[in-house]
Amino acid sequence: MPGEEDAVKNNESTLCYHCGEPCFNNDIFFENKIFCCNGCNTVYRLLNNAGLCSYYDLNEYAGKNLRQKNRQNQFAYLDETNIKNSLINFRQDGQVHVTFLIPFIHCSSCVYLLENLHRIEQGVTRVDIQFLKKEASIIFNEAEITLRQVVERLADIGYEPHISLNSADKKQSITDRTLIFRLGVAGFCFGNIMLLSFPEYFGYHAQGDDFLKNIFRYLNVVLALPVFFYSAAVFFTSAWKGLRHRHLNIDFPVALAILVTFIRSLVEVFSGAGGGYFDSMTGIVFFMLAGRVLQDRTYAQLSFERNYTDYFPMAATIVDSDGMEKPTPLPQIKAGDTLRIYNGELIPADGILVKGNAEIDYSFVTGESLSVKKEMGEILYAGGRQMAGPIELLTIKEVAQSYLTGLWHKEPYSEERNSSAGGNSFVHGLAKNFTFLVLAIALFSGIYWYMHDATKIWPSVTAVLIIACPCGLLLTATFARGHIMRILGKNGFFVKNAFVIEKFGEIEHLVFDKTGTLTSAANMEVSYHGASLSSLEKIRIASLTIPAYHSLGKAIKNYLSVDQLFPVNNFQYFEGMGVEGEIDGHFYQIGTSSFIHPPIISEIEKGTRLFIKEDGIYLGYFELRQGFRPGIRSMISRLSKRVSLSMLSGDEPHQKGLLSELIPAEGLRFKQMPEDKLNYIQSLKASGIKVAMAGDGLNDAGAMKESDVGICIAEDTNQFTPASDAIIDGKQLHLFDKLMTFCRQEKNIIKICFGFSVIYNVIGIYFAVQASLSPLLAAIIMPCSTLTIIFLTWILSHIAATKLR
Amino acid sequence: MSAMIILLVASLIVAIIFLLAFIWSVKNGQYDDDVSPAHKILFEDQVNQKSK
Repeated sequence: MPGEEDAVKNNESTLCYHCGEPCFNNDIFFENKIFCCNGCNTVYRLLNNAGLCSYYDLNEYAGKNLRQKNRQNQFAYLDETNIKNSLINFRQDGQVHVTFLIPFIHCSSCVYLLENLHRIEQGVTRVDIQFLKKEASIIFNEAEITLRQVVERLADIGYEPHISLNSADKKQSITDRTLIFRLGVAGFCFGNIMLLSFPEYFGYHAQGDDFLKNIFRYLNVVLALPVFFYSAAVFFTSAWKGLRHRHLNIDFPVALAILVTFIRSLVEVFSGAGGGYFDSMTGIVFFMLAGRVLQDRTYAQLSFERNYTDYFPMAATIVDSDGMEKPTPLPQIKAGDTLRIYNGELIPADGILVKGNAEIDYSFVTGESLSVKKEMGEILYAGGRQMAGPIELLTIKEVAQSYLTGLWHKEPYSEERNSSAGGNSFVHGLAKNFTFLVLAIALFSGIYWYMHDATKIWPSVTAVLIIACPCGLLLTATFARGHIMRILGKNGFFVKNAFVIEKFGEIEHLVFDKTGTLTSAANMEVSYHGASLSSLEKIRIASLTIPAYHSLGKAIKNYLSVDQLFPVNNFQYFEGMGVEGEIDGHFYQIGTSSFIHPPIISEIEKGTRLFIKEDGIYLGYFELRQGFRPGIRSMISRLSKRVSLSMLSGDEPHQKGLLSELIPAEGLRFKQMPEDKLNYIQSLKASGIKVAMAGDGLNDAGAMKESDVGICIAEDTNQFTPASDAIIDGKQLHLFDKLMTFCRQEKNIIKICFGFSVIYNVIGIYFAVQASLSPLLAAIIMPCSTLTIIFLTWILSHIAATKLR
Repeated sequence: MSAMIILLVASLIVAIIFLLAFIWSVKNGQYDDDVSPAHKILFEDQVNQKSK
C-alpha cells in the first residue's frame, strides 16, 4: 500500500515536529504539523497557546520524546515537608528559591523555554538557567503553586529534574573565582608597570629630572605590591606547604625567583641604583596564573565524583496496613516496612519479594546484563532496577545497611583519591634538577665574583636567580596540558584534572568491564529459532514491533529486513511483558516467557528472548544480545599491540566465543563480583604494572578507584557516571588507542618546548653571570620565552592531534 | 613636568576604574555562563519578564 512505503522511508515529513522521532501509523496531525504521540502534541499545544513557538524556530526537534508518561504519583514525595525543606534553598516573602539539575538541557531552545516558564505556569516567578551546569534556579510563589506541581510541570514539558538522595541539603556550589581575580590584578599591574618602565628601557632617565624618575620608579613599586602579596600568594603557599613536608615541589623555585626579584628591585629603587625588574616579576606571575587557569579548566556539566547517593531516589513508596501509599525519605525506611516498587524504579533497600512479578536488572551492581527473574520469598538486593510491573517488598535491612551501601563504605570506595593536580608528574623531577642546576650556577658565579670583584656578587647572583627561573617549565606544562585537555574534550574524552593525561599515557595494562563498554545496546545481534517464517509473516511481525517504539523491537525489525509494513489494529502494549495486535487478518503476540508461555527451550540462554505466537500458536523466538560497538574490533587489535588487555565480566560466559577473538584467554574472566574485579586490579598493581580500568557501572567503581586510571564509558554524558578519573563518550570508544598515544605525547611536547625555553635561559644566564643583566634585556627575554612557549605548546598539541583523525 | 604627574595620576585612575569594573563583573557572576548569553540575544521576546 502506497501510504506505508512513505512511512518506511525516513523523510522529513514523517518526523515528529516536536522530538524528531519517526512517526509510524499513529500519526497525529495538528495545524499541519505531524506528531509521533499525544505527549509531543500536548507540549506543542501548550507552547502554542502561551505564544512560545520560538522554541521550535530556534532549534529543530528540540523536544524530548514524551511517549512514556510518568506515573501519576511519581512526585508525591515532594509534598512531604521535610523533603521539601531539604530541597529548597530559601524562602522569602512567600517566594521559594530552589535549584534543580535538569539533564535534558542541551540547546538554546531549552534556555528559551525554561526561562519563559512563567508564561506557562502562573505560579512561577522566574527561572534562571546556568547552561554549563544544566541547572535551573527557580523562584515560585508558594501560595499559587507547590514544589511538587513545579516539578510535575517541568516533567510534562520534557524537562524533568534529576532528584536523588544527593540533592538533599546540598549547598549551592559557588564557583571558585579567586584565581581569576588574581589573574586580573596581575595583568592590570603587569601592563601598567611595563608602560611605566618604557623611559627606563630607553634610557630617558639618564639626563635631567631625578624627581620624575623616582615618581615612575615608586609607582612601579606600588603597582608591584598587589601582585606580590595577592596574585603570587598562590605560589608562596604551595612552596611553603612543600617545604613543611621537606619536599621541594615545582612551586619552590618559582616562589624563590619571585621573592629574589622583588627584593632586589626594592633595593635598587630605594637606593637609587636602578629601576628594578618589576615588569619581569609581574609578567611571570601573570603568565603562570594564565597557564593555571587554562589547566584547571573543569567541565561543569560532568562530575567525576559521583557515588551511590546520586543514583538512589530521595524517597520510596511505603505501603501501610491499609494499603495506603506513603512516600518516605530513604533514610527513614526501617526493617519491616513494605515497599512498593514500580516499573523502572530502583530498589532502595534489601528486602524479600512478597507480591508481584519481579524481573530485576542488576547490571549496575553486579554487571550481569540479563534481567533476573525472582520468585516470591527471594531476597532482592538494593541497587537493582525493576523491569516488570509493580512489586511489593518487605524490607529486611535499612538503606544504609544494604549490601550495596556496605560495599560503598568499604575501602577503597570511600577513600578519597589523591587527586592533587601535581601528583608525581615527571615535571617535578625535571624541575628539581633544574633548580639545583640554577642554584649551582648562582653559587659559582657568586664565588667567582667574590674572588674578582666583590661588588658584582649581589647583582650577578640575584640576576641568575631571576632569569633562570624554571617558570618556563611550569608554563610549558600548564599550557600544554590545557591545550591537550581541550583537544581531548573535543574528541569526547574528559579528564578530571591535567595530571590524568600523563598517567593515562603510561598505562601498561588495560582492564575492560564487558557490559556496555565494548558492546552497546545500539548494536544488537539478533538470531531467530523456531518454525521458519514466510515473507508475509516477517512483514507482519516487523509491523507489530513498530508502534511499541522499543529498542528490542527496532532490532527485530532490522533483522527481518522487510521492504514494506502493514497497519496494526487493536495494538496493545503490556509493560515489561510484550505486545499484541492484528495485522493483515492474523493475531500476533510477541513477548517474554511470562507473557507467551512457550514450551521449554533446551538451548542455553545467550541473550534476551522474545517469543512469538501467531493466532495463538507458538512459532519461535528471537534471541537478542548486545554486539560490539562499531570500530571496536580494529581498535582492540591495535591496542593489544601496545598494552596487555583483560576483560572482567559479571556475566555468565555466554559471550566467551565472541570475546576470546579479541582478548587472550588468561585475561578473560566471567562471573566477576565487584570484589573479584578489585582483587584482580590489586594483584596487577602489586606486580608494579600500571593498570587502567574501563567500566560503566557501580559494580566497577571499586576497581576503577583502585586502578591508576579509572575510565568511565558513558553512553550519554547526560547520564550519571560513577567516580572516575576520566569519562569517555561511548561513541568515541573506537579512538581509545589513538587517545592513549596522544596522551603519551604530552611528555614529549613538554620536553621539546621546555628545551626551547632553556635557550632563552642560557642567553640570559650569559649576561647574568657577568652581572650585566639590564632590566631591558630581562624585559625582552621573559616575554619572548613566554610567547615561544605559548605558541609551541599550541602548535605541537595540534600536530599531535592530527593523528586522532 | 607637572603635566606629566597629572597625566600619570589620571591614567592610573582610569585604569583602576576598569580593574574595579572587571572585578565587579566577575563577582556578579557575569562570566559564569558564557554559552547562553550568546543565544539569548537571538530570542525574539525578552525572557524572564512577566507579560502584561
